[in-house]
Amino acid sequence: MQQAFWVIFSACVTVASAAVAADDLGDAEAGQAVFAQCKGCHQVGEGAKNRIGPHLNGLFGRPAGALEDFKYSKSFQRAAASGLEWHADTLDAFLENPRSYASGTRMSFRGIKNAKDRHDVIAYLRLFSDDPANIPEADPTATATDHDLDPAILAIQGDPEYGEYLSSECTTCHQADGGDDGIPSIVLWPEEDFVIAMHAYKNKQRQHPVMQMMAARLNDEEIAALAAYFNRLEN
Amino acid sequence: MKMNRRAFLGKTALVTASLAAPAVLADGHGKPRVVVIGGGAGGATAARYIAKDSKGAIDVTLVEPTRRYYTCFFSNLYLGGFKEMEDLGHGYGGLAASGVNVVHDWAIGVDRDAKTVTLAGGSSLPYDKLILSPGIDFVEGAVPGWDITAQNAMPHAYKAGSQTELLKAQLMAMPEGGTFATVAPPNPYRCPPGPYERVSMVAHFLKANNPTAKIIVADPKPKFSKMALFQEGWANHYEGMIDWIGEDFGGGNVSVDPAAMTLTIDGEETKVDVCNVIPAMKAGRIAELAGVTDGNWAPVNAADMSSKADPDIYVLGDASQQGDMPKSGFSANSQAKVCANAVRGVLTGSKVFPAKFSNTCWSLIDTNDGVKVGATYEATPEKIAKVDGFISQTGESAELRKTTYEESEGWYTGITSDMFG
Repeated sequence: MQQAFWVIFSACVTVASAAVAADDLGDAEAGQAVFAQCKGCHQVGEGAKNRIGPHLNGLFGRPAGALEDFKYSKSFQRAAASGLEWHADTLDAFLENPRSYASGTRMSFRGIKNAKDRHDVIAYLRLFSDDPANIPEADPTATATDHDLDPAILAIQGDPEYGEYLSSECTTCHQADGGDDGIPSIVLWPEEDFVIAMHAYKNKQRQHPVMQMMAARLNDEEIAALAAYFNRLEN
Repeated sequence: MKMNRRAFLGKTALVTASLAAPAVLADGHGKPRVVVIGGGAGGATAARYIAKDSKGAIDVTLVEPTRRYYTCFFSNLYLGGFKEMEDLGHGYGGLAASGVNVVHDWAIGVDRDAKTVTLAGGSSLPYDKLILSPGIDFVEGAVPGWDITAQNAMPHAYKAGSQTELLKAQLMAMPEGGTFATVAPPNPYRCPPGPYERVSMVAHFLKANNPTAKIIVADPKPKFSKMALFQEGWANHYEGMIDWIGEDFGGGNVSVDPAAMTLTIDGEETKVDVCNVIPAMKAGRIAELAGVTDGNWAPVNAADMSSKADPDIYVLGDASQQGDMPKSGFSANSQAKVCANAVRGVLTGSKVFPAKFSNTCWSLIDTNDGVKVGATYEATPEKIAKVDGFISQTGESAELRKTTYEESEGWYTGITSDMFG
């Protein structure tokens, strides 16, 4: 499996290298707009933290799967072991089709098909890859997820064992191994994000009818328990 | 507002009860023994969850005659050409690897006093708790003229496998402009939208391959699951192809002649080229042999799916008579998890959490035109009762219908890995 992955991955890099010269970065300003579609999961800029996806400060030159406090998919752990590093060429190939590049990634994103958009967003990300101390005092590009949830709800410590029992209702659709096709992955999310998302369904701010129905009858402790369980799930 | 485990336990009467009396019911024979009959959405899930969550503390044996299981859900998509038969096939190796003793044999008897299950191969399996998830069998004489000897001429295709492949072959061999007939079953039956999704998939195939062909549906019911959605879809995609004859027009007064390939509806005989007869259903035969049925189905207690006739027997899925849940793979999977949690609690003293049930049924009407209906349920002293629900709306955007279909594919992957590991 590891070998198969490496072969596919090498092929992608070769193609991508031809497409993007190292200095052929796009327009960072335009890239900021492209980055809007990444912001739901990734933060970049001053104070950026790992959320559903890892933060993207200092991305250039960083080995894949290298942030110690982020739980990567097995696919990215393998990529890291194979020596994948993030540069303009590898990012270009990855962003074009994330799933074909790293088949088991939990990044539920179809990719950016337009080459110029990719180059622009790569140029934008490049701004945050200098020495972190020098990050320009620009407007933050990602703010905390918008919500008006009672801090007392966010402070509830979930019981992962209860969450495990409750999770059996989720895993009928959401795969426990983090795979997603048609239905998003919910494993290893930061607990806060999970709780905010579930309450947004419960309060009918998020629109999906199945999720509104499932969330409607979960109380605050149960949502916290699920967040705790899925956050710790090993796959 | 902090919730620790102690606070949680105090809130849940069931839990404190099971902790106070951690009854380990092994009756002096070592590990407690659970036998599960039927390896579908109910049985496979129950076996897997009990083995997985008891971490070896319970011996779990699954009795399932087939080596490879073909899911009834999504089998209509095979008829429509959206799936291959092998996409629907699943082996039991994952269950074996997770500690379930998988026995490929037929269960032919249950001795409730001795607490043993007799297998067709001659052996006998002792149990402390028995879980029956045998699915459905057909009511004899339900459609005059049809019986099991006629199923090759007029397939039911309502247990996925060779019957489904036979129906597909007959569909493909239909003469140009021929007639495909479906005899729909009375309530309650497995997969309420199933016959109508099937009609949609047959129409999809015929529209592309045999566009002057016709479809007749004889239905003993005045209305059916997702009726408005299907009828809208049939008008949009298959205009003039499908003739649904409901109860009002004699759709329940039906007989067939498999030798002559005729279908008689309310006295009017029609020559048909393919006839898909889906007879009235009842619990899988072993439930009757175990003596836990009342009429066609096996009544159960909603809190844990235990049989009303025997506290050591549980009945899951289509075979059970539980209240408001439809007979579906999703329902069986949901019931199995409640049952697994309860059985573990009784046998090992593990925590028992309150029962929660849910169901969603997706149906495909045409390419990328998916619809769904679903609900959540709770256990009351009388039955499993509906709490809340939703259904797709008529006139939805093509984009939403496509997302709904993609979601159903995700669900298929999710539930089959939840069942088989």
